[in-house]
Amino acid sequence: MSEAGGARSHTTDVLIVGAGEAGLGVATELRDLAFGGHITVIGDEPYLPYQRPPLSKGFLEGKEDEDNLALRAPAFLDEHDIEVLQGRRVVSIDLADKGGTATLDDATAVRFEKLAFATGARARELPVPGASLAGVYTLRTIEDAKKVRTALVDTARLVVVGGGFIGLEVAAASRRRGLEVTVLEGTPRLLGRVCAPPLSDYLMRRHAAAGIEIRLDSSVVQLVGNVDGQVTHVQLADGNTIPADVVIVGVGALPNVELAEKAGLECGRGIVVDQAGRTSIDGVVAVGDCAEQPHPHLPGQRLTIESVNNALEQSKLAAHVLTGLETPRRGVAWFWSDQADLKIQIAGISDGYDAYVVRAESTRLTVLYFQNDRLIAADVVNNPRDFLAVKRALGEGRSIDPERADDLSFSVKELLQGQA
Amino acid sequence: MPTIIFHSPDGTTHKVEARVGASAMETAIKLGVPGIVAECGGALACATCHVFVDPQWIEATGMAEDFEDEMLDDAETPRQERSRLSCQLRMTEELDGLELTIAPDQ
Repeated sequence: MSEAGGARSHTTDVLIVGAGEAGLGVATELRDLAFGGHITVIGDEPYLPYQRPPLSKGFLEGKEDEDNLALRAPAFLDEHDIEVLQGRRVVSIDLADKGGTATLDDATAVRFEKLAFATGARARELPVPGASLAGVYTLRTIEDAKKVRTALVDTARLVVVGGGFIGLEVAAASRRRGLEVTVLEGTPRLLGRVCAPPLSDYLMRRHAAAGIEIRLDSSVVQLVGNVDGQVTHVQLADGNTIPADVVIVGVGALPNVELAEKAGLECGRGIVVDQAGRTSIDGVVAVGDCAEQPHPHLPGQRLTIESVNNALEQSKLAAHVLTGLETPRRGVAWFWSDQADLKIQIAGISDGYDAYVVRAESTRLTVLYFQNDRLIAADVVNNPRDFLAVKRALGEGRSIDPERADDLSFSVKELLQGQA
Repeated sequence: MPTIIFHSPDGTTHKVEARVGASAMETAIKLGVPGIVAECGGALACATCHVFVDPQWIEATGMAEDFEDEMLDDAETPRQERSRLSCQLRMTEELDGLELTIAPDQ
């Protein structure tokens, strides 16, 4: 930092806006590629980069603390000469022919040569009256998770709005701690946007058996509070009201694109990028939850992927772009979710499937997804062997004959090796 | 603070201090010990923090069980008798001096 004419200024070679998994991923990958320039990562949270997935899992259950969540030690960041500015927000970015200048919330001007957007996504709010009552939470940051963790301590009745991954993880963890839990899902099934009906039905059964009340096709029209402004009820479109001490809203995330949009980048739902993270402007990349990338199975369509794996794969490719190196092949997409005693592992991107095959054995479930008779993904519950077999096969371009995929006398691994 | 000695696939050895309660994986990743990937951050979901426990330490760490055991069956580097996923090795004072060899492929 230097004081020049009263306004502070700062110069860096690569500016990374956003200090989550993707932002830090670009920085560490640049160093792995022997990039010797100055790297500055700016994050608006008062924390060094940390993992978000445990916030709705182990952290919420008290199995992990803040120290466990940190992605890298300060000594690592020093050693790799990665400058992280914590608790600072970029308010605007002016792009020049080459490089540009970012202005921070404390008026510091940061001049950069290359730029990476890793601005992430924010939790979507429930667009109904009462959404800002006390006792209503979304879960995205460590601060959110701390509040939720505290709120759940002396709580009897939890209502979760949204039957997606975060909602179900919180519901399962809370039920395990003895809370009375209701999940309200607005569509006809759980996880409707990300999986086929067999997994939705399976999760519905298992969570119901654990004592979670799940109401499908249930739209929330209002959150009702008492005179102190504390939530007490959730009112549904069908006229029912459900008592609640705490309401957790998990109705999706919105990519943070405003900064990029104002800087002139092409944006849709997210910041539009190619396979390697290049945006519409040369020298500027976007990675992680904020980036909208080409769909792997549906030509002409685009999608955003909110996962650690996506953040890491995109940041690896984008770092190659920033250093002018040829981009390597992308790894297989994958995802996981822990819901009480259910470990869900997903390999590949199932969106775009035209057929699926279900393999179910006792408490295990594997759903194999096909497009034009080619295996494109698998949702797996409590069966790591199937998950790892599919993940590896997708990376190597191997498939399964869909006609034989439901034959339980052969393992998925055997079917993939053509031994069946 | 208990120390861990990691033998990395690149032939380097790293003696690092671990926080009690942190996993061996977490300790390695935070300090940048080469060879451990740990994409899932310790959720027992990816099998990319595979290590071989030194023979003199296997009694203290115990063997892999249940889900971890199944994950190891399909790890990139074929499993050995004393294979563990290092995210499941929670550090205690008793594990001071723990010696781990990081599997070459993750």
